[in-house]
Amino acid sequence: MELTIALSIGVLFGSGIWLILRPRSFQVITGLLLLSYAVNLFIFITGRLSVNKPPLIIQGEVVDPALYADPLPQALVLTAIVIGFATTALYLVVLLGSRGLTGTDHVDGKERDSEE
Amino acid sequence: MTLLLLLLLPFLGCVIAACMPAYARNREAWFAAFIALCGLLLTFSLYPAVSSGIVIKHELAWLPMFNLNLVLRMDGLAWLFSVLVQGICLLVVLYARYYMSPKDPVPRFFAFLLAFMGAMQGVVISGNLIQLVMFWELTSLTSFLLIGYWHHRADARRGARMAFTVTSIGGLCLLAGVLLLGYIAGSYDLDTVLASADVVRAHQAYSPALVLIALGALSKSAQFPFHFWLPHAMAAPTPVSAYLHSATMVKAGIFLLMRLWPVLAGTPEWTWIIGTAGVCTMLIGAYLAIFQHDLKGLLAYSTISHLGLITCLLGIGTPLAMVAAIFHTLNHAIFKASLFMAVGIIDHESGTRDMRKLSGLSRLMPYTATLAIVASAAMAGVPLLNGFLSKEMFFAEALLVGPSTNWWMSAAAVLMGVFGVAYSMRFISVFFGAKATELPKQPHEPPRWMRFPVELLVLCCLIVGVAPQLSIGVPLQTAAASVLGERLPDYNLAIWHGINAPLIMSVLAFALGILLFKVLKYRFNLLQSIHIPVLYRFNGKQAYESSMLILASSAARLERLFSSRRLQPQLFLLVLAGLFASALMLQAMPDFNHAWSVDNVNLPFAMLWLVGCTCAVCAAWQAKYHRLAALMLVGGTGIVTSLTFLWLSAPDLALTQLMVETVTTVLLLLGLRWLPSRISARQMNLVASNRDKLRRSRDLVIAIIAGSVMFVISYFVLLHPANFTISNFFLDNAVPGGGGTNVVNVLLVDFRNFDTLGEITVLSIVALTVYALLRRFRPAQESIGIPAQQANQVDPASRQTPAEQANSGYLLIPGIYLRLLLPVIGISAAYFFMRGHNLPGGGFIAGLVFAVGMIIQYMLAGTVWIESRLKLNPHRWIAVGIGLACFTGLGSLLLGYPFLTTHTAHVTVPLLGEIHLPSAFIFDLGVFAVVVGTTMLILIALAHQSVRSHRVPGTQQDNSTAANREIR
Repeated sequence: MELTIALSIGVLFGSGIWLILRPRSFQVITGLLLLSYAVNLFIFITGRLSVNKPPLIIQGEVVDPALYADPLPQALVLTAIVIGFATTALYLVVLLGSRGLTGTDHVDGKERDSEE
Repeated sequence: MTLLLLLLLPFLGCVIAACMPAYARNREAWFAAFIALCGLLLTFSLYPAVSSGIVIKHELAWLPMFNLNLVLRMDGLAWLFSVLVQGICLLVVLYARYYMSPKDPVPRFFAFLLAFMGAMQGVVISGNLIQLVMFWELTSLTSFLLIGYWHHRADARRGARMAFTVTSIGGLCLLAGVLLLGYIAGSYDLDTVLASADVVRAHQAYSPALVLIALGALSKSAQFPFHFWLPHAMAAPTPVSAYLHSATMVKAGIFLLMRLWPVLAGTPEWTWIIGTAGVCTMLIGAYLAIFQHDLKGLLAYSTISHLGLITCLLGIGTPLAMVAAIFHTLNHAIFKASLFMAVGIIDHESGTRDMRKLSGLSRLMPYTATLAIVASAAMAGVPLLNGFLSKEMFFAEALLVGPSTNWWMSAAAVLMGVFGVAYSMRFISVFFGAKATELPKQPHEPPRWMRFPVELLVLCCLIVGVAPQLSIGVPLQTAAASVLGERLPDYNLAIWHGINAPLIMSVLAFALGILLFKVLKYRFNLLQSIHIPVLYRFNGKQAYESSMLILASSAARLERLFSSRRLQPQLFLLVLAGLFASALMLQAMPDFNHAWSVDNVNLPFAMLWLVGCTCAVCAAWQAKYHRLAALMLVGGTGIVTSLTFLWLSAPDLALTQLMVETVTTVLLLLGLRWLPSRISARQMNLVASNRDKLRRSRDLVIAIIAGSVMFVISYFVLLHPANFTISNFFLDNAVPGGGGTNVVNVLLVDFRNFDTLGEITVLSIVALTVYALLRRFRPAQESIGIPAQQANQVDPASRQTPAEQANSGYLLIPGIYLRLLLPVIGISAAYFFMRGHNLPGGGFIAGLVFAVGMIIQYMLAGTVWIESRLKLNPHRWIAVGIGLACFTGLGSLLLGYPFLTTHTAHVTVPLLGEIHLPSAFIFDLGVFAVVVGTTMLILIALAHQSVRSHRVPGTQQDNSTAANREIR
């Protein structure tokens, strides 16, 4: 389980890094999406993995932390996901505006001499 | 308390004045005058206490743990300066009422003026050094705004920038100096610092502290070599020049030197730095004043010269010199303010300030001429006027400098007197001679009340000049006593001291001054000369401009050297830096002797991530040529992520991720339409160059390394035993403290709701930014036309509007289902929202669910059809949401609890039974509204572009059909 998720985070992160180094703005936005999955998952697993232990308190019993997943990273990641949507939207609009103004979808606003 | 009111009143007035309508010239002036009058009366009410030697103090706790408090402190010196600040402000406001043209935006003017008054008042009554520096910088800032008031004029902008640069650099030096001084004295409290004078002077850091403080004070008071900013500040409206640049702000440096005189003065360093600057300034200023052609320029240089005189007196450092300095500060403020106002009247009535054009004004405006002549006589130091008395005292002190054989100071003093007489002659020459004919306007007397402030000030000149002891004796003595303490010397403010050396010096100065003026005028053609003899080479302005130019160009060079505007290299360096940082971290990793076990690999979970990883890698591969495919693949990874959250006990996250995934995909789909079509290199038979291959290999290596590093770190984190640091607190207190069993939701809306408030604010800002950016959106020319898929002539659906397609076309059946789905989704949203506190759900999830429901309707029937039936107003949703969240927070303040404290109530409602109703519920409702509003605003704004762009003129589209086409 640990190995699987750690490997997956690595793969997602690597794909994201590859994409943000690409010259086309759509590639970069895709890369940012993948990076945000990887980073969100990473923050999430700092609370360690727990199966069938959602942080929903069973009322009337003494709270035993071992019975519940760590709620703190979950709360952090929840807001991160929503903010991630907002920044994606912002980036998309900047991308479209830049494309309209410069006539190209290269991230630098102009084509390099040798097309990649 | 009075002190606090004295300080706050101008700032309050500033805010109110700024809100008044632009044409309310009278109301503004009356209001500002009222504020200044109140301040003046408050100051006068403190006089009995101050004159009996009491230091009034008011302390407010600011940062008590650092021993920093807001201290207001009023003694004799502060009182005298307060009267100056408030009194001249009152007169200037009255004057400005007539001076400002009806076209000028007066609210800005009076607001800035009042803000300046407050800042200056703050400098004067600060009892804490850091606080003093703060107000000091505030005076620089307001001065900048006032000089640049007519910001359509290049000279005003440049003058404002120059003044601000010089004085704020000085202010930084002052801050450093004050920090040093506070360090030496062990406290920033003024009284403590004043009491530890001997310690300060003996300390080894005394010299640096003195130099830094002197830099601050000298640059503020326009002393040599920083004097050049003041003449350029004359681009300000004349009331500003009269108030800031002659009477008050430039005196702030003098005030500081006086304030710290007991601590810093009395050493050779003090005398050399302050004295030399003073002597140079007074001579250079007076000399340059003679050769000006602009009336205000002459007054500016004369101000520099007089400030130099005061600085010089402070540099001499005897107690009697201090009395003379305070006295001259007061006198100079009175006569110089009146002169500036008189010049303003001349400018206002005749349309020019050029002395080469003006002449014979005494016949055109006799009253103003008389007033100006009397005031300039005071400036020259004619007996029976106030300038004479303080000048005599200066001469007397100059004689005492050094041993009796040392006469250079006396010579410098007389020389200053000679120049002073000469430029005063030059000034009044505009009133005599033939009547000027070629003026832009025909001059005449100004309105009665415009002249009144000048009259009052000139009257003051006369009263002080004739009966000094009676009029100004006691306040002056109080002020001097507050600086000098027990060292207050005996002195006699009288007009006639018998025939003594100072009197002879005065007479000599007059005779030589008149002679100098006549010689210059008739032999050297002073009135038309362009060059200033000897000193024209030393141009402070030129030096300033060239140093600014060097600074800007070297900054640009550095930027070119060390940075790039291109995104790719920036991101590349960022990734490299990140890898470097993690390499450092790997070294510090603790040893793990866990085996790389594959025992607990859960097969279904591994298969799930096999899909997820494949999607991610394929997306990375396909993102260039197959955007839609890449988008779907990324969505696949998102779904796997969502499932992982569900698997690993985070149902809230799973729901949020699922919903965000949906809206993100819709968002990017809407964007795809505006991107250029891209044909793959293979189809075009292009071969990648070696450089490109190299770069791709490089990036691939970096991506693989980065991924591996991330994997190692994640794995180490997971193998590390868990330590619940603060999480247990939330688990323990969710039910008793927050009243909810869903700890994640309680965390968001209760424990850390301030964070959430910040987050929804960010969301709203982003949504509004997106909206604003899209309003000015100009798509690329090739994307404007209708996409090929929609323009297919064979497909009958392409000739229908989306609404027709959904209501009678091929989408009829899905249309009916999806419309039925809206209430279902609405109910689910409400359900998720209501149960959020106890079970997975809450404002974020419910908001996203609801937004998705709405978007489906948009996608089905098109924007036009939906919006003609349903007005959603996402802006209002956002406003209501933020409002709800804030008011919930403020509500707890009303009840005496800290901001955003949550309260839980249980309400019994018929039919529904007992409802659990915490105030966090209302907060969560705010979150819900904001999430719905932002999501809808972003998506709809983007969707609208497709409808709008067809109407862009100049496209070949047939407008009648194109207008009906919408995005779906």
